[in-house]
Amino acid sequence: MHIFIERTNEKKQIHFNGTVVQLLAALKINPEAVIVSRNHELLTEAEHIQTTDEIQILSVVSGG
Amino acid sequence: MAIDRFSLIRQGEKIAVAVSGGKDSQTVLYLLNKLYGGVTAISIDEGIPSYRDATLEDMKEFCARYSIPYQIHSFEHAFGQKLETFLQRGAPACRSCGVLRRHLLNKHAQGFDKIATGHNLDDECQNVLMNLLKGTLSLASKLGPMSGVMKREGFVQRIKPLYFCSEKEITTYAFLMGFPVRFNECPHATDGFRSAVRDRLNDLEFRQSGTKLRLIENFLMILPALKTIPEGMLRSCTNCGSPSANAVCNACKTVEAFAHA
Repeated sequence: MHIFIERTNEKKQIHFNGTVVQLLAALKINPEAVIVSRNHELLTEAEHIQTTDEIQILSVVSGG
Repeated sequence: MAIDRFSLIRQGEKIAVAVSGGKDSQTVLYLLNKLYGGVTAISIDEGIPSYRDATLEDMKEFCARYSIPYQIHSFEHAFGQKLETFLQRGAPACRSCGVLRRHLLNKHAQGFDKIATGHNLDDECQNVLMNLLKGTLSLASKLGPMSGVMKREGFVQRIKPLYFCSEKEITTYAFLMGFPVRFNECPHATDGFRSAVRDRLNDLEFRQSGTKLRLIENFLMILPALKTIPEGMLRSCTNCGSPSANAVCNACKTVEAFAHA
């Protein structure tokens, strides 16, 4: 699975099968602080994602 | 919704919307334009490199898309220098930027009845907690869905239509609506204390859903009492004439201190 974390401009590649909230827990990211999309389609926290997915994690904290 | 509950906008009022180009300001601008029409967007350009130019371009695209009148007023034009120069001369980042931005916003919103901002539930929770933890609770009297303690000549009242909307809700909305938003932070947003408060609030919200909303509902219960704390004599700045608690307003003090070598 390819993951792009926008806040840190970080790209990762991991093996993962599970829900969005489980992925965030594995990455130690608080679900309250992000929204998650797959191919620019918004995902809910209960949605299942697979190791072949391209995931974007966008921070809800923006501006200044 | 905050607008209905607190009568933030009355029929026929002229509304200016303070916009930075971020998700909050695009969302509040879109909603107010859709609900009321006839709003005007105003941006303040601090001149922050690799950040503000980009967000202003997003804003221009947004206003063109929805046919909304748009004004941009710059630090450089108003004060003779960009924010970076103030900071190089020792001005504190967020505090001086906020003082100068609010000064310009108020100045250019003269003729409007209200200025709407994109301040949200998270912003308000952080401000309430920060004031409490810093021991500056009296400053919290300036918070709430409508700013200011009392009406003053020359001061355009500010309202927060997104008062009960969380950052996550607004981000989700902006994403689904396809707004031209960059999900990035100001490079000078290095307030460690605010970040710590934000992170703790998000932890609590994750553990106990509804924490932020309950915090604000309880704050609103005590806000009337906070607003009875005397604000001090209200006057006009002897330098620029803007509303001021002191003889010289904070914006003029900042420019005097950091705009001249």
